[in-house]
Amino acid sequence: MNATLIVLALLDGLTQAALLFLVALGLTLIFGVMRILNVAHGSLYAFGGYAAATAGKLIGNGQSIPLSLLALLLGALVVGLLLGAIIEIGLVRRILHLDPVMQLLATFAVFMILEDLQRLIWGASPVAVTHAVDAMGNLKIGAVTYTAYQLLLLPAVAIVVFFSLRWALGNTRFGRQIMAVTHHREVAEAMGINAKKISLITFCTGALLGTLSGALASPTTSLVPGIGGDMMVLSFAVVAVAGLGQITGTAVAALMIGMGKAFAVYLAPELDVLAPYLIMLAVLLWRPQGLFAVAEARRV
Amino acid sequence: MVLRALPWLIAALTLALGLLFAWLKTPLIIALSYGLSALGVSMLIRAGQVSFGHAGFTCLAGYAVVAVSRAWPQTDALLLLLLGVVAGGLVGAVTGLFVVRYRGIFFGMLNLALSMVLFAVLGKFYNLTGGTDGLRMERPPIFGQVLERAGFETSLLAVSSLLVVATCWVVARFYASPVGQALTAIKSNEVRLEYLGISAKRVFFTGYVASAALCGFSGGMFALIQGLVTPEMGYWVRSGEYVFIAVLGGTLHPVGAFLGALAFEFLKLFAAAALTGVWQLVIGVVLLVLIFVAPAGLVAWLARTRPIPPQQPAGSAQDQA
Repeated sequence: MNATLIVLALLDGLTQAALLFLVALGLTLIFGVMRILNVAHGSLYAFGGYAAATAGKLIGNGQSIPLSLLALLLGALVVGLLLGAIIEIGLVRRILHLDPVMQLLATFAVFMILEDLQRLIWGASPVAVTHAVDAMGNLKIGAVTYTAYQLLLLPAVAIVVFFSLRWALGNTRFGRQIMAVTHHREVAEAMGINAKKISLITFCTGALLGTLSGALASPTTSLVPGIGGDMMVLSFAVVAVAGLGQITGTAVAALMIGMGKAFAVYLAPELDVLAPYLIMLAVLLWRPQGLFAVAEARRV
Repeated sequence: MVLRALPWLIAALTLALGLLFAWLKTPLIIALSYGLSALGVSMLIRAGQVSFGHAGFTCLAGYAVVAVSRAWPQTDALLLLLLGVVAGGLVGAVTGLFVVRYRGIFFGMLNLALSMVLFAVLGKFYNLTGGTDGLRMERPPIFGQVLERAGFETSLLAVSSLLVVATCWVVARFYASPVGQALTAIKSNEVRLEYLGISAKRVFFTGYVASAALCGFSGGMFALIQGLVTPEMGYWVRSGEYVFIAVLGGTLHPVGAFLGALAFEFLKLFAAAALTGVWQLVIGVVLLVLIFVAPAGLVAWLARTRPIPPQQPAGSAQDQA
């Protein structure tokens, strides 16, 4: 493996980690507040991607950078808020009292529904709208040519989201309320926090992170049915490695898994599908609750 | 009791339908095969755990059966069925070592992840697995006899329905056994189970291997009737269908899985044409309705309709004393 390949793998890993981080962050945020693993989260990623592609076709043209980026953002926003609100109000708030098995089943059912809806709306043939990538052009690092979109924009968005979320959770009134509900829902409610409202907004934010990641990923790949399921499992791997509900941990875990996947592509192409799971397996064998989670007694 | 007679009823019904309408033989055997996998899933649901990856076991066992049949074409179909069970159980024992340490979300998602890895690997190693086209097998002899397609299907249907009755009986016995009872106790209170001196992990491991063996059985049956295995057999969609069948049928008694599977297969048979492209959507919606309306499934409904035996008035017992 020569220097060029190492640089290439590092850059691939970085862009993948940025996307993975955004999806996994949404998943872990929702879990933290509602104690529900949204199995349909991968579908939100896929919907975000398709919606952004549609928006890109309508208003992007591959020439103007702001217009192409606006299309991505618009697609993510509309679909994320809409689906997030529908799923939270229509289902999630009604299953909070159910068995964990039934909760998992319910979100899994949503996953099945969304997968078919996605195929009904956008069809089964691959969709590729690369306006944003085209508009931003290429950069050269040594002997490696890389798209500016992937090299600059994706990591930048991930970093901005990470720091602004951490700042918001720690320093705004609303963020502190979210943290309170995360720590103990009942006590938070007793303190006068409207946990229902917090849940709705958190769920929509989480969904938005999922669709945003899909939208950002859409110009770099072609969208096919099935990416939702793949992304679901990948983002779960990230969240499991980090420990459910851990925000900083999610960033580290996303980097680990993104890099692991990227290096596997160049070193052992047969293993590139396996790499994330091997990392997850190794971590979970060593620390079953994840790298950053504080061990918690099983609630019976 | 309704539930005890039900496996025989189902076996008789499938046999009769298969003999009356020859074209139904294949869908019926497939329904029984789905029922076996769903039974594996429902065994774990009794322990409060749901696996979104059990189709992986079905798929692997199917590949094992086809591989053996390709290497030794003379292997008897019955032996191949047994091989499926063993293959499923063995793979279950290996993955179980790792997976049974987890509960709830982690358990479900780890199983899903494992099955997705299997799906990807099967598609990738084209030389060994035939890639996404899958692997074909010749029709094996059954009871030592080489039969034409119709004869083979009839024999397989008869064998399968009898084996299903036997499986229901064995699994019902298992549920009633101390280990089976401890398995349901994992759902109600795992800590208390440990306080009784019973290793929850060992109990769950037993249940996990049993459920994987059932899926292996199902995979072998599926491979025999289709004569073809593909990675689709292990895709998460299939796992989701098994979970759906398990919930639809109910976990109270093993026969629930087969009730669910027959209902599922007939719905698919008659409604699939009208529902092309929205099949998963329909399943998802029905699953949501079930969760809210009838979380205990068909079998609980049947169990409830049995007449309550007349009880002695409370006073009379005291008088005699």
